[in-house]
Amino acid sequence: MNTAIETNGKTVGKGIRNRARNRRIIMGVVFLAAAAFIWLVFSANLAPGAVTKYVMTPGGSTALAPDWVFTTSVYLNIIAGMLTLAGAYQIIRGFGKYTNGVLALVAGLFIFGFLSWATAGGQTNLAGLLRVMVVRSVPLTLGALSGILCERAGVVNIAIEGMMLTAAFVSTVFASLAHNLWVGLLAGVLAGGVMGVIHGVLSIKYKINQIISGTVINIFATGITSYLSSKYIQKTQFQYLNEPGMFPQIQVPLLSRIPFIGPILFSHNMYVFAMIFFVALLTFLLYKTRWGLRLRSVGEHPKAADTLGINVFRTRYMAVILGGMMAGFAGTYFSLGSSGRFDEVMTAGRGFIGLAAMIFGNWNPIGSMGAGMLFGFFDSLSVKASLLQVPLPSEFLGMAPYLATIIVLAGVVGRGQMPAADGEPYEKE
Amino acid sequence: MASALELRGITKRFPGVLANDHIDLTVEQGEIHALLGENGAGKTTLMNILYGLYRPDEGEIFINGEKKIIHSPIDAIKGGVGMVHQHFMLVPVFSVTDNVMLGEEYTKYGGVLDRERAAKRIREISDTYKLNIDPNAFIKDLPVGLQQRVEIIKLLFREADILIMDEPTAVLTPQEVDELFKIMHTLISQGKSIIFITHKLGEVLEIADRITVIRGGKVIGTTTPQESDMNDLATMMVGRDVRLEVDKEEQKAGEVVLSVKDLTVLDPRGAVAVDGISFDVRSGEVLGFAGVQGNGQTELVRALTGLLNPIDGEVRLNGEDITHASPRKVTELGTAHIPEDRQKDGLTLSFPISDNLVLNTYYLPPFSRYAWMQQKEIVRNAKELVQKFDVRTPSVFTPASSLSGGNQQKVIVAREFSRPIKLLIASQPTRGLDVGSIEYIHKQLINKRDEGCAILLVSTELDEVMQLSDRIAVIYRGKILAIVDAKTTSKAALGLLMAGITAGSEEGNKSPATPDQVSAG
Repeated sequence: MNTAIETNGKTVGKGIRNRARNRRIIMGVVFLAAAAFIWLVFSANLAPGAVTKYVMTPGGSTALAPDWVFTTSVYLNIIAGMLTLAGAYQIIRGFGKYTNGVLALVAGLFIFGFLSWATAGGQTNLAGLLRVMVVRSVPLTLGALSGILCERAGVVNIAIEGMMLTAAFVSTVFASLAHNLWVGLLAGVLAGGVMGVIHGVLSIKYKINQIISGTVINIFATGITSYLSSKYIQKTQFQYLNEPGMFPQIQVPLLSRIPFIGPILFSHNMYVFAMIFFVALLTFLLYKTRWGLRLRSVGEHPKAADTLGINVFRTRYMAVILGGMMAGFAGTYFSLGSSGRFDEVMTAGRGFIGLAAMIFGNWNPIGSMGAGMLFGFFDSLSVKASLLQVPLPSEFLGMAPYLATIIVLAGVVGRGQMPAADGEPYEKE
Repeated sequence: MASALELRGITKRFPGVLANDHIDLTVEQGEIHALLGENGAGKTTLMNILYGLYRPDEGEIFINGEKKIIHSPIDAIKGGVGMVHQHFMLVPVFSVTDNVMLGEEYTKYGGVLDRERAAKRIREISDTYKLNIDPNAFIKDLPVGLQQRVEIIKLLFREADILIMDEPTAVLTPQEVDELFKIMHTLISQGKSIIFITHKLGEVLEIADRITVIRGGKVIGTTTPQESDMNDLATMMVGRDVRLEVDKEEQKAGEVVLSVKDLTVLDPRGAVAVDGISFDVRSGEVLGFAGVQGNGQTELVRALTGLLNPIDGEVRLNGEDITHASPRKVTELGTAHIPEDRQKDGLTLSFPISDNLVLNTYYLPPFSRYAWMQQKEIVRNAKELVQKFDVRTPSVFTPASSLSGGNQQKVIVAREFSRPIKLLIASQPTRGLDVGSIEYIHKQLINKRDEGCAILLVSTELDEVMQLSDRIAVIYRGKILAIVDAKTTSKAALGLLMAGITAGSEEGNKSPATPDQVSAG
């Protein structure tokens, strides 16, 4: 057979191999730069023999744990050494598919190094820091779960912020009137559900661009809650409408008495436990049940689902309404779980950050909780850092998680798997 | 015994079109019944009615002698009718098991999926019909041929007895087609019936038990492979005598016009689509690219025409480097482009024909002077071209959207051929056209070649590539596996290459190991 006359086996894939190599080397250089930064900036600015003291018991806790004290320079040198090794290995051989994992580890070590340096000569309440991280992650993770419910079914929900804000307002008023937190909670969840219905009708039935629909809801929610708030419930004669009270702290028997871990994880109000429960529940429902399979199929390939007899519209409505209720639940955290009152625009962009946590977590409940914790950590750290007199405005630390999100979204760490039909209205033939 | 399926007097009207005109069709149990017709003849409409996606205006459907009302795919499935769609209805990120049982899930207590039981059933079906499918594989990892089998399993899982296959061979290599035909024989030997929709005559004669030809929404006749041949069927399908061969004279290729070296292009998602390929096209020759859809052809053409920026390699047109040139620059240097998607990339559908005919020359005199468009000239140009290229349209002011596919393609050809060109890049130039238009386009391409134009032809229709090309490059996963002489090669040899199997490699592994040799051109 005289077929093979020309081939170009020699040059196959040259371009792409170059790209992979460049990426590997850049990553290695980043690791080395982190190590150099620790040596040149942190270690060099240490008083000789400085000591870092981490307090391992949060304020007010009875589960006592001994403090963690070490000589700062020793630990910094160990960390810098580890980062150098990682960087060298990455440049020479590469971690391959573990690269992202190693990157996370390097980032974690770097942050620990930073904190240890900032604390040198003083003390930081590490347990308190982590406890606040868990608390701050609650609205972000719950918001992300709302996003997951909607987007896994193919409807982009940018309206989480507005849904949360509405629910925060409604729950405040109802809880105040009924003198019952649970009534307020229920009202908030239902308010979120109603917002979900609006988003669903606009984007599923009328096929309005889902981003526009979500934006409209956000603007509407901000406007109406601010108006009602300044006109009524912030006024002294309506004071009784803005006194909902707060869900109490729950000490989980035994578990909360574990030193260090107990106060961080098992001594919170019900929202933290609800978050863990919903993450587990949604993971199970999405991946192990008929309900989840159908929901995901509608978000991936609605036409295929339709030809197999799955009602795409009904599934999407259900998902968006449940997503709205989840956002509503998250919204009640602000009023009933965190501050015990309603303030104008009190969600302060947390809904959008929840959306970022969803993307960072790859549209996966557990991943999103991880992302929520990460954002919560920096949130918590920026508060602490302002107390530590670090020569760095705390706002910069506050920026860190969002910078990380931008980097992730730009695809540097590798692209996530968005549901294939996300944001596309379904048209029947 | 009653027929497996009987359609009586099915009629379906769309605004302005009678898509199905009192169609009668009978399918017996255990037969492969081919439904043959040109694009737009009404085959797909008829099958969508049978599958419950459309409702007929008139007519009745009988399954096993029983009258059925089919208003949705669910009704069709319950009636034992299943459809393998031309564009697969599979979720790439789901496993085979999840895809197959979707909508008909096996569950344990309270809606929890029973994947093991479903996988066992899929394995049984796979063994019975020799389909060789692993239920735990993910769709995105399977080649197209196996994905199609998953579609078949989906129907068997639902115990369908009548399987509609809509152009199932369009996306397959010749070897995969052979395997599909084997599977189809196994299916009918187990008592299933198959409706095989196609416009490819050779396949019909090879596999069908009976053939029904549809033209213009009407049944023209039913025949068998024994009673007819290619020419009979073509005449029935088109309604007049058709020449199936393309006349082409020997011609000596001239200077190198397009020279491509180590070209690497990424697709929009960042995956390598064109993987370091090199080739030349000379004046007066047609270099055809054969390959299964989705092997980098689209990205190659987009890179050559300046629509995608390659990440590596070099493209030269008559010696000038155009690797990173803008589309306008590429056009001005004498490149014509017949794009793959004529409605999206070839025309501005809402514009009148006259404007579409100057889309790449509107800024030059005589069509514009300073900033002003010269409508008179544009219309004169349009009238001339419409006549010369035989575009059937009520006027040159008609929007391009209201033309038929064949006439839309003629508008594009007229625009591209109306200026002096040295290189023509034609991507799927006849996709979705009727036989008359195909003949016309083929003739135009060969004329251009005889005038000394260099032509790069990309097509997934292997017959078309073999008929028109002087040399054929086989593209597989973004690489050229071989460039062969069109006169000495065979369909079987090309088919193997299209599946990634080269002379030196085993089981079509990714690195072709054939020795480098000198180009024949």
